[in-house]
Amino acid sequence: MSDPLAVRSTGLTKRFGQQTVVAGIDLAVPTGSVYGFLGPNGSGKTTTIRMLLGLVRPSAGEHSLLGSPMPESAGAVLPRVGALVEGPAFHPYLSGRANLTRLDDADASTDRSDTRRRVDAALDRVGLLAAADKRYRAYSLGMGQRLGIAAALLAPRDLLVLDEPTNGLDPQGTREVRHLVSGLADEGRTVLVSSHLLAEVEQICTHIGVMHDGSLVAQGPVAELRAGAGQRAFVETTRPRDAAAVLRQLGARDIEISHDRVGADLGDVVRTDLAPALVRAGVPVLALGVQERSLEDLFVSLTGEGFDVSG
Amino acid sequence: MSAGSRLLRSELRLVLGRRRNQVGLLALAAVPVVLAIAVKVSVSEPGPEAPDFISSITENGLFVPLAALGLELPFILPLAVGIIAGDSIAGEANIGTLRYLLTVPVARARLLAVKYAATVLFTVVAVVVVAGVGAAIGIALFGSGRLTLLSGTQIGTGPAVLRVLLAMAYVVVCLSSLAAIGLFFSTLTEQPIGAGIAVIAVNVLSLILDQLPQLDWLGPYLPNHYWASYIEIFRDPINGEPLRSGVLVALAYALVAWLAAWARFAGKDVTS
Repeated sequence: MSDPLAVRSTGLTKRFGQQTVVAGIDLAVPTGSVYGFLGPNGSGKTTTIRMLLGLVRPSAGEHSLLGSPMPESAGAVLPRVGALVEGPAFHPYLSGRANLTRLDDADASTDRSDTRRRVDAALDRVGLLAAADKRYRAYSLGMGQRLGIAAALLAPRDLLVLDEPTNGLDPQGTREVRHLVSGLADEGRTVLVSSHLLAEVEQICTHIGVMHDGSLVAQGPVAELRAGAGQRAFVETTRPRDAAAVLRQLGARDIEISHDRVGADLGDVVRTDLAPALVRAGVPVLALGVQERSLEDLFVSLTGEGFDVSG
Repeated sequence: MSAGSRLLRSELRLVLGRRRNQVGLLALAAVPVVLAIAVKVSVSEPGPEAPDFISSITENGLFVPLAALGLELPFILPLAVGIIAGDSIAGEANIGTLRYLLTVPVARARLLAVKYAATVLFTVVAVVVVAGVGAAIGIALFGSGRLTLLSGTQIGTGPAVLRVLLAMAYVVVCLSSLAAIGLFFSTLTEQPIGAGIAVIAVNVLSLILDQLPQLDWLGPYLPNHYWASYIEIFRDPINGEPLRSGVLVALAYALVAWLAAWARFAGKDVTS
């Protein structure tokens, strides 16, 4: 029962016609983790999530949820999975409460006599109890997003798949969602949360997977990825071109020159070698420094663009 | 209360609770009212023309529901059924709720079955509304009593009501085939109105083809060829032959449409 991986996929692939949207990814979401599924818009995150939940049929590859193969075990597994997929969707002319009641009625695994209590508990958890009887069409974007999260929390779940849960929320709402996700993790639930904004999820994630152009380009515990992100050196000099040449010779990568400042990823270069090499080459050094790279830097280098740029 | 019926009741609340559908039912109910009042205020000679029941209304109020069904069966009832059936899957896909129903999870076969059942039950409600309102206003304006059948024999009120109920059941069976066609169309698109219009197009096309004498051979295979045969229930004895054919044609269309809907929906990528 207790698979060490709550979500596991091997070679999961989706092609729509000629276009490969997801190209053979091997997801590994450890049980009990908060897994940040990151990537620019259009990198294949939502299609992957749709495949995981059985909405879209993979072109190739296999996957399992909570240790059971999908989509064969959908009937048994999905009641233990709460999902928010590509934004909330509800009947506009029904109230928030009526919409949740409908989803609860659709769930064969729940007890009808308990519906009202479950629905109210879910609404309360996202702070919507006061607006429960308003029609969904009168909800703001942020309220809709909360209702979507409430739907994912209707029954006790072992796994939550939240696709862009902070979309449309103000900073306060974003903080609340983060708090909610942390709370779920503390209860021992596994959370897979997708985002195109690293900053929104970085603080709460234990693991991270990065999508780019349909491929999973990095995956692992946050601490490990951060340690692997490496260091970046900066040299301020009156002869930036010569400084860049020295850095290149040493084996530094991603060399950037702007005005009198040269930056470079150190990789395996020993940082104490920098100053002597520059001096030997006669480069006048105004300042020299080495910084730990942030996760953001790593992701920008992996995905080739900022996280808030739409793809 | 089993899980299946819980979802079905939720579905019925959704269909019957929607203002648009309530207005539609009111429109359906208006026809027998207008008909009965029009007959009451106009003094017309009972003509010898086709048995459309309208001329018989003054003799017995129970002819009002039959005449109203006859007026609404070609277009208005198929319109109502088409809109509801077209909305079934496409409506959920259109607003995105389909993906949430499927991840609850609701198995796709179960969802199709519940959506179809809800559409058929709506059809029952629609037919009961038309016939019920018709009977109420008919009996109020013209009274009931013994009912003269098309073959001239008279039957008592009890047997007459039974025959009206039988006619209503037959009409529901006929419309259920159209509901299955609508269910299929609804799996093809994310535009519920498009699916509804397709149903109405099938109905109208079938009506037109049925009118062409050159296509006589085709008639019995058209979905609505036998619909008006419910009048055969008001002969003595009941002329069962066209009724049996009508039920068979309806079942055949429903089965084929159902299989097509299942083939389409079972493996469909839900990207809405």
